[in-house]
This record gives sequence, C-alpha cells and structure tokens, in this order.
Amino acid sequence: MCGIVGLFSKSPAIENHLGELVSRMLIEMSERGPDSTGIAVYRDQAPGTMTKVTLLSRALEFDWETMAGEINRVFPGHNRVVPMENHAVVTTAARPARLREWIAREYPELHVNSTGAAIEIYKEKGLPSDVIKRFGVAQMQGTHALGHTRMATESAVTTEHSHPFSTGEDLCLVHNGSLSNHNRLRGFLKRRGIEFNTDNDSEVAAGYLTWRLREGMSLDEALQAALHDLDGFFTFAIGTGNGFAVLRDPIACKPAVMAETADWVAMASEYRAIAVLPGADRAERWEPEPAKVYSWSH
Amino acid sequence: MHRFDLDKNSVRELNQALHEHNGSKENSTWMVTNPKGKHAVAVGIDAPLEVTINGHVGYYCAGMNKQGRVVIDGNAGPGVAENMMSGLVRVTGSASQYAGATAHGGLLVIEGNASSRCGISMKGIDIVVRGSVGQMSAFMAQKGRLVICGDAGNALGDSLYEARIYVKGDVAGLGADCVEKPMTAEHEQELSELLEQAGVTGITVADFRRYGSARKLYNFDIDNVDAY
Repeated sequence: MCGIVGLFSKSPAIENHLGELVSRMLIEMSERGPDSTGIAVYRDQAPGTMTKVTLLSRALEFDWETMAGEINRVFPGHNRVVPMENHAVVTTAARPARLREWIAREYPELHVNSTGAAIEIYKEKGLPSDVIKRFGVAQMQGTHALGHTRMATESAVTTEHSHPFSTGEDLCLVHNGSLSNHNRLRGFLKRRGIEFNTDNDSEVAAGYLTWRLREGMSLDEALQAALHDLDGFFTFAIGTGNGFAVLRDPIACKPAVMAETADWVAMASEYRAIAVLPGADRAERWEPEPAKVYSWSH
Repeated sequence: MHRFDLDKNSVRELNQALHEHNGSKENSTWMVTNPKGKHAVAVGIDAPLEVTINGHVGYYCAGMNKQGRVVIDGNAGPGVAENMMSGLVRVTGSASQYAGATAHGGLLVIEGNASSRCGISMKGIDIVVRGSVGQMSAFMAQKGRLVICGDAGNALGDSLYEARIYVKGDVAGLGADCVEKPMTAEHEQELSELLEQAGVTGITVADFRRYGSARKLYNFDIDNVDAY
C-alpha cells in the first residue's frame, strides 16, 4: 500500500498555496505509507535554456558551497546553487547530460533527483509531516505538484528507493502497486542505455517511460504502451513540465479518485486527501477507469 | 435525533455509540456530519437504527451491517456495505470498488454508478444500482440479486454460482460460465419488487435482460467428485 496525490492549479490563488495544499493532501495519506515521503513540485521556471537540477546528498554533511565553486569553474556561466537540508537545487546553463556525467564522476555521494526547467524533487525517509516540515514544502508556490507516501513491499526503505522517480526532463512518476516483470524489464532497458539507481520496481516503470519518450513516443503513447509491457498492479501519476497524467492498470485494484473544480484538478489514492482542498465538496468527482489515460496541461 | 460531528469526535467514538444499541430494538435516528472520506464509518450496527451520513465516506462504510438503515448522502469509497447481513444501505452518489462484497443479506442501493467488482462473492445480498457497474461485477457471486439499471463492464458474472443478475443497458462482456437466460413472469415479478424496494421508479422491467450461471465449470460437474 502507498498513497499518491497530485494537484494541478488552474488559478493564481491555488498556485500561491500549492505547497500548503499538497502538504495537507500528503499528510492525509500518512497511514497509507509511513516509510518515506516524496514530492515533485513544478515552480520557478529556469530562465531561457537553463536547467534546474535537484541533487540529494547521500552523506549527512555536504559542502554545497565548495561544490558551487567547482560548478562555476567547470561550467562557466550564471550557475546558482540553493541548498535545502541534504538537497540542493542547481540552476545551470550546462547541458543536463554533461552535468549528470560530471556529478557521477566527481561527486558519487550525490544523487540526481530530477532535471528540467521547472521540476524539483524532494524525498526522504519518514512521515509526511516530518519531511514536509524539513523541506519547507508548505511554503512553496508553483503550478502543480505530485506527492507520494510509501509503504515498502518489494525493496528497501531508503531515500533513493523513495518516490517520485524522475523519468526525464521535467518528468516524474509516483506509483501505488507492484510490478511483477520488473527484473526482466530492467535488464531490457539497461541494454538500451537506461540507468537505474535501485532495485525498485517503480523505478523500472519510470525508466520504461524515459526509454519510450526517448524513442519518440508522446507521453500518451508511452502510457498506452506501458499498459501492454508492464505486468502488475499500478496506479501511476506522472508529472510533466506543464501538466500531469494518471493511469491505472487494466485490473485497477489500486485505488484512485479524481476531482475537478474551476480552480484545480486533483487526484489521490483516497477521497479524504481531496476533501482538504477548497471547494472539494462541490467538485466534480470520479474514479478513473481502468487502462485509460487521463491528462491535463496548462 | 442523535447528532455526531466527525470533525469533533472520532469514528471509533461514533461506532462505539452505535454499538451500545447492538442486540436491542432501538430504532433512533442518527445524523453524522463531516465524514470527509474517513474509513469504517458506521460499521457493525446490529439494531434497527436509522443513520444518515451527510457527505462522502472512505473505505468499508456500513460494513457488517445488521438491521440498520444507513443512508450515505454522498459518494462511498471501496467496500461499502461489505459483509452486510441485513438491513439497508443507500448511497445517493456513486460507490467505488467491491460494493457489497461477500454480503449475506439486506439491500444495497447505489443511486449513481458502482465501480469494478460490485457484488464480488455476494452471498445473499440484493444490490440495486441506478447507474452502471464496472468490470468483474458479481465475480464468483453465490446468492442474491444484482440489478443494474445502466451498463455493465467487462467479465460480468465470472465464475458465477447461483446469484441472479439483471441488466437494462449494455454488457461489455460476460465472464466465464455466465450466460444470458430467459426473463419469465417470475423474474419480472422479482425484478419489479426489487426496484420498488429500492425506490427506483420510471424504469420498465421488460427492458431488462437476465444473466446467470451456465453451471459448466469444474465445480458443477458431478464427475469431478471422484477426485476426492
């Protein structure tokens, strides 16, 4: 069991309170997943062609200042490093692939949570209320956000095993369920150059989407293909640069509920996470159908 | 009337207050407000209480109900009225997965739609859905009646035993061993009684089709008794 939530703003009032609202939704899902918590928030679009990279330090203490100096030396330009606890958001003119390569070589203790123009991913072991407080999620403003509370079933409880998993530029995935063909699929994807950091099944789903998108499919096409290639139970919420998508497997035993008002679109594992949103009692509400792709974009 | 605000008191306190009447003939009325998707609201009633829940509920609302008459004025999460023994549960909105699962008796009325696996393994409950039901409804249903005034999803009545299914709209597909059977006067009579009990009006029983078990699966074959 896990809990997933997604909130997509359709009005400035919601954007201003996005972090606070999605925090309340996530806290409501605490019992569904007390092991770890993660959030992907889309905000503060990087200027021009610059990229935002969210880094996670495996070491408790990390000298972000020295690292910022090194980035400026290797990738001259207007780089900015904003540390947040054991995470940092780097805004850089460097190409994401090059920066990734450099980090893997020079700083193996760092993990790249996400890259993109707007996405930031924060994740950590522990209850939603603690993790949200630690990263100041409630104070964040933004256009849309996804969150996950994990009850681990098939792999270890570590920060790196926590969701959301990045699936490419400005893309991420949260998952409630379990995949049964993830080992074979991981091997298939590795042979095609997709890298994995953990033995987690959901990371394979993320890697699968990365591969399909790289091969030229649209997100909707990639999700349709996932219905065929992923064996197991899943409710996915997928964040994109300008929206989000929801997909349930054909059996659809993992719960999901959606709701929409003039101000927002939300999805959650349970209605009680949506009930905390303004106007929820008057929202249009429905249960997403099995094997059907739902998507919204700005 | 007893009033219970779930913003002020816990679900456990509500259920405890209801259970204090279990085994009695108490028929008082209760109004529960602010359920906000909470789980297991009004479960385990065993008295002819009249309970109205004003809002949407989460998992397992009115589970194991016996004698009680529970109205959910909103939508219900997974497993509403699961294992009901008798009484009535009415959902004025829609219900999520496995509504009325494994229930032995009573009547469950869903005025909106029901999601997948409605009436899974039902053992004597009657379920009337004003709208449509999702896939795999009445899976391994053993006894009771499932009335669907809208459409039914795929694999309706898979591995059915003796439950009867009535559908007015389209059936996306029948499950293993589920077949259409003729509607006789007896069935029209049964159906119109069920619709009346459910308070569903404006529907013609002649528009319904009946489905049941072909009794061809392994368990129905007497020759297989030799295996034991």
